[in-house]
Amino acid sequence: MLDGNHTLDDFERRSLDLEAASTLPAALATIRRDLSRERAQTERPMLSSTADNLYWLARYMERADFLARAIEASRRLAALPKAYGGADTEWESVLLSSGAAVAFEQTGKPVTEANVIEFLTFSRENPSSIRNCLESARTNARAVRTALTVEMWEAINCAYLELKAMEARRGAYSADELGRFLEFVKQTSLTYDGGAYRTMLRNDAYWFSRVGLFIERADNTARLLDVKYHVLLPEKEVVGGSLDYFQWAAILRAVSAHTAYHWVYRTSMKPWLVADLLILRPEMPRSLISCYESIVRNLDNLARAHGRQGAAQRQARSIYGKLETLTMESVFQGGLHEFVQSFIGENNRLGALISEQYLF
Amino acid sequence: MDHRVTQFDEMRGADGVIRAPYQKLSQWLAGTPPELLASRREQAELLFRRIGITFAVYGAQEATERLIPFDILPRIIARSEWSALEKGLAQRVTALNLFLKDIYGKGDILRAGKVPSELIYGNPGYCPEMAGRRAPHDVYVHIAGVDIVRTDDHGFYVLEDNARTPSGVSYMLENREVMMRLFPDLFAMHRVAPIEDYPDELLATLRSVAPPKAPGEPTITLMTPGQYNSAYYEHSFLADKLGVELVEGRDLFVKDDVVYMRTTEGPRRVDVIYRRIDDDFLDPLTFRPDSALGVAGLIGAYHAGNVTLANAVGTGVADDKAMYTYMPDIIRFYLGEEPLLQNVPTWRCREPEALSHVLDHLEELVVKEVNGSGGYGMLVGPHASRAQVEEFRAKLKARPDNFIAQPTLALSTCPISVAQGVAPRHVDLRPFVLSGANGVRVVPGGLTRVAMTEKSLVVNSSQGGGTKDTWVIDDAILGQA
Repeated sequence: MLDGNHTLDDFERRSLDLEAASTLPAALATIRRDLSRERAQTERPMLSSTADNLYWLARYMERADFLARAIEASRRLAALPKAYGGADTEWESVLLSSGAAVAFEQTGKPVTEANVIEFLTFSRENPSSIRNCLESARTNARAVRTALTVEMWEAINCAYLELKAMEARRGAYSADELGRFLEFVKQTSLTYDGGAYRTMLRNDAYWFSRVGLFIERADNTARLLDVKYHVLLPEKEVVGGSLDYFQWAAILRAVSAHTAYHWVYRTSMKPWLVADLLILRPEMPRSLISCYESIVRNLDNLARAHGRQGAAQRQARSIYGKLETLTMESVFQGGLHEFVQSFIGENNRLGALISEQYLF
Repeated sequence: MDHRVTQFDEMRGADGVIRAPYQKLSQWLAGTPPELLASRREQAELLFRRIGITFAVYGAQEATERLIPFDILPRIIARSEWSALEKGLAQRVTALNLFLKDIYGKGDILRAGKVPSELIYGNPGYCPEMAGRRAPHDVYVHIAGVDIVRTDDHGFYVLEDNARTPSGVSYMLENREVMMRLFPDLFAMHRVAPIEDYPDELLATLRSVAPPKAPGEPTITLMTPGQYNSAYYEHSFLADKLGVELVEGRDLFVKDDVVYMRTTEGPRRVDVIYRRIDDDFLDPLTFRPDSALGVAGLIGAYHAGNVTLANAVGTGVADDKAMYTYMPDIIRFYLGEEPLLQNVPTWRCREPEALSHVLDHLEELVVKEVNGSGGYGMLVGPHASRAQVEEFRAKLKARPDNFIAQPTLALSTCPISVAQGVAPRHVDLRPFVLSGANGVRVVPGGLTRVAMTEKSLVVNSSQGGGTKDTWVIDDAILGQA
């Protein structure tokens, strides 16, 4: 091992010896046997509990990332003068878009920037706070360490240790510190995701974790759209006014799509184009259709490996099919809110079908 | 074996002259600035934290996950010393397997009067469910972690034969990985025997003991009590290295005496279970009915010959401290050979003469409960307060058969790296011995445990002990400058 050249020479010499002794047919038979055993190994099924853990691990990581981005967008919005869209509703809207509104209400605390940020970042009461997402992710990761690569595990473990350190030394809420924390969460998710993408074997473990990621991402995108349309816009304001502009811009920033918008449409901010980008544009990695393209592909990989298509695959294809034929006109005709609500419901149903089909 | 002998240091010997295996390390240390050692210590700590090599501590509320302290200086054993140790270990484990087969079978050794029957049948580690049954391939102790100490230049003593579910091998492997990252120069200077093939050897051992009935390539799993177990890290680490599924009780079920795991494709047959869960928790139908960790019907499947458990059920009877004292006779009885490794002289307090000697010398002796482990439930006479000594005196009188006593060994020391430089600390060694249908194997090295506190003799990780890497190096390089 210490000497690469030596090992190579050694290997070559042995190969030559093999030929010289004309034991090649026997050697080939051995190679064939080992290869078929290897194939059998890669085809071996995965524990249901492992699949479950991987699926949720991916969802928690994605959720933590989304929360960090949503908080950043809201802070930006809240810092604007009122005439440009600064209002008191940002913090309500971020609660709604993260699905944490009900849980927050139960704390009985007033909706203030400090309270909401605390609730979404370090609160232990909120099961979906960033802190709890990272902790749950690590708990799940620990349970399936054998299914993770070292890179993925280290990304999660280091993030958890950093989180613990931040939690310990955290004084009063400071804007600077929060900025660093949110940046750290986004970095973590990039490192984790990059680790998964670059190092995982393309087998069940990978597919289950990808499916989890995209189901969570689709859910997040949908909620984001919903909130904007019904909460942010003050009644008096005209759709397309300057207030609207900054609010849509904040939403696009939340999903890192601000620049993408301009590249795709080359025009000023228009609500229907933003909705188009986030729902129907396949080139936009957070759009619903892009998420579903990935879900369908990964579920198909699972089905191929298991030799069986099931209810989960059918549901995913049906949602994807609807998105493919959908037009923005019909979305706005029927109401964006109604569309989003029905999408969230269908997306959740897919999650349940996956659990059922793969015996989580 | 007088406990008053001068301290034996594995680097400096008893007389302060650097011993051969440590020549190069000692020279290297002399030329290495303390700042470099300090920075490597920090780096090591960081590496261990990142990798997540932790163990859980029961009862400690704040930190349920802790790092085991790691010392960056290797403990070095010459190949010639190791070879002798290795032979002794193989002999010992071979005898243990024969002994277990015998006491759960015909009981020759009991009839020959070499071991008292009541010590077997009254032993909490004895498993009546195994009586009259044979383990697949007659292998019982597939993995043994035999604790070894030395007190001088002349040899090794066995302190305990951990024959149930010994842990620590992941530290042996990770310590080596970390050391190779930290000190490539030291590895280049020494020719250190590799240990990285341990997982392969373990897998081969487990494969070899698959039930003869197993169809095709056996499916092997590693069974853990779950992520809150103190050794969970090791369980997941080993499963990963072995390339086998890490399962908990809830992932398994038994149907018609066959064990299956629940997979995304439905049930899959399991043939060998490397279980890291105690006998009592294996099967609620046979053992503790309140346990949720095990698998109902597992023992039925085991008896039906459809699954192999490693280690076998009921091995605890062979590794308690009372049975330990009979090991030399056990080796002679089954192998007709003299034991290659010595036992630490031990008084069996169940014998009246021994008891009265022990009671008279409590201040000098170490007294241990026969079923204790982890360094709990023991008295270290020279370090104990008067009250503690009296407490043990009462315990001994009440239940003499529950205790053994040994001289306070002058355990050897090894240098460790501390803030002030280098200082000696007491060490022991746990090599891991594998036995399968294909023979007995030991990878060269083991886990060296260190009592990190000055003068302390307790090396157990649950009580603040640390670890270091253990190197077996060729004698040939020792002479070279």
